[in-house]
Amino acid sequence: MLSAECAAEEFSRGAGGDQTVGWNRGLHGHERRFPWLVAIMSIGIGCAGAGLLTVDEHSRYLVDGRRSGYTYLSEENQRLQDDDFANPGLLWVERGRELWRQADGAAATSCASCHGDAADSMRGVRTRYPRFDPTLGKLINLEQQINRCRAERMQAPPYPSESEVLLAMTTFIGTQSRGLPIDVRIDGPAQPFFEAGKAFFYQRRGQLDMACAHCHEQYTEQRLRGDVISQGQTNGFPVYRFTWQTLGSVHRMFEWCNTSVRAEPYPQGSDEYINIELYMAWRGRGLPVETPAIRR
Amino acid sequence: MTQPRIRVPSQARKGEVIEIKTLISHPMETGHRRDTQGQLIPRHIIHTFTCTYNGAEVFRADWHPAVAANPYLAFYTVATESGRLNFQWIDDDGTVYTAEAEITVV
Repeated sequence: MLSAECAAEEFSRGAGGDQTVGWNRGLHGHERRFPWLVAIMSIGIGCAGAGLLTVDEHSRYLVDGRRSGYTYLSEENQRLQDDDFANPGLLWVERGRELWRQADGAAATSCASCHGDAADSMRGVRTRYPRFDPTLGKLINLEQQINRCRAERMQAPPYPSESEVLLAMTTFIGTQSRGLPIDVRIDGPAQPFFEAGKAFFYQRRGQLDMACAHCHEQYTEQRLRGDVISQGQTNGFPVYRFTWQTLGSVHRMFEWCNTSVRAEPYPQGSDEYINIELYMAWRGRGLPVETPAIRR
Repeated sequence: MTQPRIRVPSQARKGEVIEIKTLISHPMETGHRRDTQGQLIPRHIIHTFTCTYNGAEVFRADWHPAVAANPYLAFYTVATESGRLNFQWIDDDGTVYTAEAEITVV
């Protein structure tokens, strides 16, 4: 809520910042004021001894001006995401790996019974969601597809929205596509849903009367208090978000954004959020899947 | 969700300084936050971490409410002899999470 108040203030003053946004921003201010803090952070996080990323390696996070949230992270946090041990999102991946093989429901089947090795069968899946489903006649996202499999194939109760198990399974499936470019279909039957999602993006809402586009298009790369506003790309979701101290889905992020402009959020899994999820995915087309990413 | 992750080199030279990394899933609830009804959410943290090397304690840490959720800890010790490293995380509710690793010293 606080950030929303400041957002209003920031916008009313106009966002006339003149700073340059560089890859290595973030650290310098801390270096001057808290040299000891930098030292501690280096010990804590930089111990893997990973070298700094070069500009070339960064370019995979930058596709035709579309800029992954990764590029807004400090170097320490980038290293944290890249380190498959220290990245806390891997806790959910491990849990998902167990659930994948675990038989459940009246049919006593597991994901692995049908899909075998996730590394093969789930590769690329995350890049295509949300997708149009002909039977339901509307868009579904990965979470809903997981619960559909549970209902139809396993005869098991659905995983509750934003539960640890659903996050674990989504993250585990998502990470099988790590590095592959986002490639959702917006033509054919998906088109009306895409248009609805696009309309949602530009629709003003809430007491602050702001649309997604204000922050994530118009004022992107300018300052909002101590932070730089990102493009709001979704290629890293589910993400481990420091603000939450845990992993969260993209729908949780939509809720958070809506609440921040003092709008009543839609329920997770609602058609409105699935539509905007498709539009956001298309905005980040070509960006690599980073699940589970680290974000602030 | 509380299966800890640890990373210990499987092999080391005698006298070598080895790095050990640990990560455990835990909410680390501070006890200072309130829920939507205004009620204090009770404190629930891991308050002690210990590491023993063939029974001898080589590292201990007391944790407090300011430690973030899902604590990650890296520390160093000297590889003295082949054997077993045991890790313990002690929860406020009395639960003890454990993990162990073998190391061969040549």
